[in-house]
Amino acid sequence: MSKTLYEKIWDDHLVHEIPGATALIYVDLHLVHEVTSPQAFEGLRVTKRSVRAPHKAFATMDHNVSTRTKDWSRIPEVSRIQMETLSRNCQEFGITLYDFQSEHQGIVHVIGPEMGLTQPGMVIVCGDSHTSTHGAFGALAFGIGTSEVEHVLATQTLQQNKAKSMLIAVDGRLGFGITAKDVVLYLIGQIGTAGATGYVVEYAGSTIRRLSMEGRMTICNMSIEAGARAGMIAPDEITFRYLEGRPFAPKGAQWEEALDFWQQLKSDADSRFDKEVHLKAEEIKPQVTWGTSPGQVTAIDGAVPDPQEFSNPLERQAAINALTYMDLKPGTALNSIGIDKVFIGSCTNARLEDLRLAAHIAQGHKISPKVQGIVVPGSDRVRRQAEEEGLDKIFKDAGFEWRYSGCSMCLGMNDDQLKKGERCASTSNRNFEGRQGPGGRTHLMSPLMAVAAALEGHITDVRKYLR
Amino acid sequence: MQPFTTHTGVVAPLDRINVDTDAIIPKQFLRAIERTGFGQHLFHEWRYLDYEGTQENPDFVLNQAPFRQATVLLTRDNFGCGSSREHAVWALTDYGFKVLLAPSFAEIFYNNCIKNGILVVTLKTSEIEELFHDVLQNPSGKMTADLPAQRVCGPTGKRYSFEIPPFAKECLLKGLDSIGWSLQFHDKITTYERKIQISKPWLK
Repeated sequence: MSKTLYEKIWDDHLVHEIPGATALIYVDLHLVHEVTSPQAFEGLRVTKRSVRAPHKAFATMDHNVSTRTKDWSRIPEVSRIQMETLSRNCQEFGITLYDFQSEHQGIVHVIGPEMGLTQPGMVIVCGDSHTSTHGAFGALAFGIGTSEVEHVLATQTLQQNKAKSMLIAVDGRLGFGITAKDVVLYLIGQIGTAGATGYVVEYAGSTIRRLSMEGRMTICNMSIEAGARAGMIAPDEITFRYLEGRPFAPKGAQWEEALDFWQQLKSDADSRFDKEVHLKAEEIKPQVTWGTSPGQVTAIDGAVPDPQEFSNPLERQAAINALTYMDLKPGTALNSIGIDKVFIGSCTNARLEDLRLAAHIAQGHKISPKVQGIVVPGSDRVRRQAEEEGLDKIFKDAGFEWRYSGCSMCLGMNDDQLKKGERCASTSNRNFEGRQGPGGRTHLMSPLMAVAAALEGHITDVRKYLR
Repeated sequence: MQPFTTHTGVVAPLDRINVDTDAIIPKQFLRAIERTGFGQHLFHEWRYLDYEGTQENPDFVLNQAPFRQATVLLTRDNFGCGSSREHAVWALTDYGFKVLLAPSFAEIFYNNCIKNGILVVTLKTSEIEELFHDVLQNPSGKMTADLPAQRVCGPTGKRYSFEIPPFAKECLLKGLDSIGWSLQFHDKITTYERKIQISKPWLK
């Protein structure tokens, strides 16, 4: 019987199934960070349980860390306690930790792939919803809560029910200046923030096939913003080339053996999905969110919508709430919206390719004097590579601040935050109320678009810089 | 975990779609290393007028009598979307919520609720609409949720049946220790690990 990629990975990880109730699936890789793990480790201590497979868990510090310093003494006490708690827990339970001074530190969803920990066919979990990122390698990867973190630590399995399957095919050539970020924002605009709830999504089509691993990670990363349990892309030569030689990738004969296995990881030609969505790449323009939900998005040549145009009363009210919070009037052209801050970073868009593209736009220009722009590499490795290529100098010459890696202003759990009423062009993944700082206003967009906004001091179409 | 069988309580209507977990518990309260004490920060940015949380916002539903005492939350589509933070559920339980009703919930949030003994009731959009109407007409009226019967009874006495995955129901009814339940399959996990050591030797 033909199977989808998801079904193949599911069947391959089934430890035990109670039909009609639940299943236990095996977890190959468990990523851990400081915010969602302390209560899980405490739970193990209280119940006198041990970590079943400490060598399958890797921890780092990313949410709380300052991007301005590597000095412990300058970390605020509440953050430091959480970071020190992770250090103690990892030591006690024998888990490898890349702490915030480690050369391997970074956003958990950036370091997994770049170290070769993330591999095709794996089941990967983390107490973080953007774990869907790792699906770009043809892994089944999803976020879990802290109780489930404890469950995985204790059993190396997870109780799961099989999800429905959805195929999202994107075909055709993306226009000049259109990136993976625009594709996924456009998609969420089409299907809605709950459009994929209950589904594991497989992305396919010629547009997806041509994307680099970085672009594929951006798309899978934001699957959760459409409500999906996971997003995945079948591995191919681009995946294998990316992986080969990375520190934790298989070596020698084991590489060959793994490759044989990975090459079979694709949906069978006649496999059936519970739902299909087809998008044309040519219809996608640079996307910008205008509201407080990632689905409240439109193309750069558009305008802030009039809530009265929404036929669904609940969506109309949501749009009214969003415009009040965002302090925007219906009909305002997106490219006239002034901004105060620009954030280039996050697990969505802070890999080397993102920074290269951003630097390409920034090179030889100065950002608007009224804008504060920060560039936050996704990992310390990305920071070092970018510096070797001189990208830091391009950003600094343009007037951006160049920082250490971390989650930074994506969620503002650290010293990078929007102040009340400030408006930000952001390459992150969520424009929720207060997400980047209480009262802060977020417009999501691609790194290219964010740099263009920084240069002009208002949201603008980056494509004019590419002609 | 406390077993859940039935619960009767005041219903707070939170009339918004897509309520995200950042709204349920903002990031500045995630630095705790315990599971307790989050209730005072529940819906912080809507509930208070100031950052410190000293001035209540009188327009917010939980600051209005009788909803202040609510233990049942009635809300709209895609509740709990966004971040996987279980702190959102800890904030709801710490405040006193036992039952949530909406047409749909985000998946990680739903799982987190079940792990913490909160009953999550999914009803049709039209039924939720009706309940919003009835709750606003009878703000002091109580709602009863009966898990064994898979039924809720609104403030006017109108009854609604709901579906719940059988295993989630069992977990709630028994207050199941989920890890303990899985560990009974310890031997199967060991067998699986031995199998992949041979079939996938490249895995660490």
